[in-house]
Amino acid sequence: MADIRNNFVGIKSPNPFWLASAPPTDKAYNVERAFKAGWGGVVWKTLGEEGPPVVNVNGPRYGAIWGADRRLLGFNNIELITDRDLYRNLTEIKQVKKNWPDRAMIVSIMVPCEEDAWKAILPLVEETEADGIELNFGCPHGMSERGMGAAVGQVAEYVEMVVRWCKQYSRMPVITKLTPNVTDVRQPARAAKKGGTDAVSLINTINSITGVDLDTFAPMPTIDGKGTHGGYCGPAAKPIALHMVADIARDPETYGLPISGIGGITTWRDAAEFMALGAGNVQVCTAAMVYGFKIVEELVSGLSNWMDEKGHKTLDDFTGRATRNVTDWQFLNLSYITKAKIDQDQCISCGRCHIACEDTSHQAIMKEKDGKRHFEVMDDQCVGCNLCVNVCPIEDCITMIALEPGTMDTRTGKRVDPHYANWTTHPNNPMAKAAIESAE
Amino acid sequence: MSGDMLKEGIVPGRLSTDQYAQNFSELHPPLGRHEAFVEADRCYFCYDAPCMNACPTSIDVPLFIREISTDNPLGAAKTILAQNILGGMCARVCPTEQLCEDACVRMEAEGKPVKIGQLQRYATDIAMEEGKQFFTRAPDTGKKIAVVGAGPSGLAAAHRLSMHGHEVTIFDARPKAGGLNEYGIASYKTPEGFAQAEVDYVTAIGGITIELGQSLGSELSLAQLSTDFDAIFLGIGLGGVNALLAEGENEGLHGLRDAVDFIAELRQATDLSTLPVGRRVVVIGGGMTAIDAAVQSKLLGAEEVTICYRRGQEQMNASGFEQDLAASKGVTIRHWLQPKRVLTENGKVTGVELEYTELKDGRLAGIGRTITIGADQVFKAIGQTLEDQSAAGLDLNGGRVHTDTEGRTSRDGVWAGGDCADTGDDLTVTAVAQGRDAAESINRYLARI
Repeated sequence: MADIRNNFVGIKSPNPFWLASAPPTDKAYNVERAFKAGWGGVVWKTLGEEGPPVVNVNGPRYGAIWGADRRLLGFNNIELITDRDLYRNLTEIKQVKKNWPDRAMIVSIMVPCEEDAWKAILPLVEETEADGIELNFGCPHGMSERGMGAAVGQVAEYVEMVVRWCKQYSRMPVITKLTPNVTDVRQPARAAKKGGTDAVSLINTINSITGVDLDTFAPMPTIDGKGTHGGYCGPAAKPIALHMVADIARDPETYGLPISGIGGITTWRDAAEFMALGAGNVQVCTAAMVYGFKIVEELVSGLSNWMDEKGHKTLDDFTGRATRNVTDWQFLNLSYITKAKIDQDQCISCGRCHIACEDTSHQAIMKEKDGKRHFEVMDDQCVGCNLCVNVCPIEDCITMIALEPGTMDTRTGKRVDPHYANWTTHPNNPMAKAAIESAE
Repeated sequence: MSGDMLKEGIVPGRLSTDQYAQNFSELHPPLGRHEAFVEADRCYFCYDAPCMNACPTSIDVPLFIREISTDNPLGAAKTILAQNILGGMCARVCPTEQLCEDACVRMEAEGKPVKIGQLQRYATDIAMEEGKQFFTRAPDTGKKIAVVGAGPSGLAAAHRLSMHGHEVTIFDARPKAGGLNEYGIASYKTPEGFAQAEVDYVTAIGGITIELGQSLGSELSLAQLSTDFDAIFLGIGLGGVNALLAEGENEGLHGLRDAVDFIAELRQATDLSTLPVGRRVVVIGGGMTAIDAAVQSKLLGAEEVTICYRRGQEQMNASGFEQDLAASKGVTIRHWLQPKRVLTENGKVTGVELEYTELKDGRLAGIGRTITIGADQVFKAIGQTLEDQSAAGLDLNGGRVHTDTEGRTSRDGVWAGGDCADTGDDLTVTAVAQGRDAAESINRYLARI
């Protein structure tokens, strides 16, 4: 039986599944239910500075996009940080941590970008005996207009400065939560590291408008005829998050910096993928908001069973295993040649591979053989683009088969070169140089 | 009102009012908006879609389903009706499990096709309820066309001819238009006056006049029509009924009846409790008409209903779905039995003597052994024929009007389609396709003269 206990910057939890700072972790009632359901930890919904509580809109706070059968694919919100009294939150945090000593309790914080503000709140949080803090430098809406959240996360110098204050005025581990609304996520990550952060967590939500009401011509979600951008998350955001996690994991300047992975994690497989790319654990929000806390049972059993099947005894056995396989385009092996192959036994003859290839790609799939409806790849036209695999409704019906070195590629009339060769050394590259990286 | 199912003889009122209402409620309730979206999402939008190729009217199924899935049901309805102006009725009565849905690639994938017929109904119902007309008449050509028969082929032909700007007069022998849609389809497949609503919807394009109570061979003659009109389309169906060729089969025998008459009477009835039905019913035949008559006998309260077919299950014209439906309603289907003698007593039917059959060297033959099934009512459902005189002067083929691929008969200026034509296959949807295509042929013909 796999051991899925997690140790993230010294914070221990029975599994690597934390609930992200968001509505599900807003108060003791929810967090108690989450821990009962089996979540390994929570990041308490972001606390602001002492004073009159934050005010939220009372119209819709969420928007979404859907796939077939209204399965939620992408989610957006314009809710702000906690709108509850600071001291009430602190009291509850302390009590819940006391009730659940084996679970991770992280407190998310967002106060103005002033030393005194941070200096004031940190001891209050520390007093709750929470396990750590997460700095909310990510929220893209509302608070950013007031110079907080993403407005801090988008300026590397601010990130470094605030992290430094937190390390200076607190003994708690600091996790810096990054916004994806930047051109290069490595910059704020490097700044956080310079400031002394213990870890980064990412991604926060992405600037978004989920749709437009075509009757009122208002963006959605719509508040009395108007809308504003919200933060986008959910399954559709996962590929963006994976890329950013990988970017930080393989950046020489932040190499080894612990990462808490966030962004559309819905199943155990999603979690395993984030961790394989270098995340030490993961945080979940949208999936819980859509299906309730019970999904953690599937996350735990799915991850354990996969680890057992693959022989991974602990999380460390696979964490970061995919990071080294993320590379730049220029280092991809141009000698590697694949051809699509359609399994005729599984093919249901929908013809989508044909029309996709015919209309939009390389005219490499025939639609007829001996006068009958029949779909087959013509190797002499196939460039191995994978479009047919992506559009085929039957899993594994079309697969990409690598040509053995030495065999003939009928499209180019050349034999498959057994040697790795990339763009850096390609004769067509005016900047060609000697190979500097080889495939694993 | 409560009924008495066990009463001997052919009597009305076997069931309670509630039971009649329940038994004759719609077989497939329409899809709601959400159900339609869920179902539409199952469509793969196939290339050169097999469902479309399996449809006799070649409706662009993937396109109309995609239009439904994007909440554009009127766009979907136009896509359907452009190919098949009777798409509403076909959505209800087509044996989709033998046509589009049998061809659906989901059958290959998981044995459950997209519910194409139900989706087609969803879209066409919305268009018809909104009274949305998609097609307009071209400028008047001054040409006049006679369409004989206001059934599926005639209506389809008339609509297409009207689109081309011709003036159409439809003649029909019955008191109502619609043909078999009105008189020949089981009640639970098309309740609430849908057939008439569709006739109104189709003729709303304008340029179409319907004259009822006019039948070819009596009020009308081909010669006169040829004089009065520039072209003629015959969609006269098959008004005659084949004989059993069994002993004791006499006109006027109490308890022996044509299934098509029974079905027509049932469709026209306003109070089902006034319709008499036997306690024990035997239906002779193996097609849709046999199933419809048998199921509806059962639904009217007959205690025992048996279909006897002279060949095996595989040769039955009724679809597997229809056979299953009959079985689920409690109808017994027996194969390899042909009628030998209708048994009577005091001028009333008391049963049928049937001979067991087998295929011998590819030919059906009685084996000399018989069985008797007691019955107070026997329905004949062994196929229909052209009524005498209706097609006088036209070449026939196998008892039907001979037509070429465009629907032209042996007589210049006369086209035919639907069940009366030798290219027909007894399907509503085929009749629509033939009416539509004959109209195009007529249009080309008129442009030349």
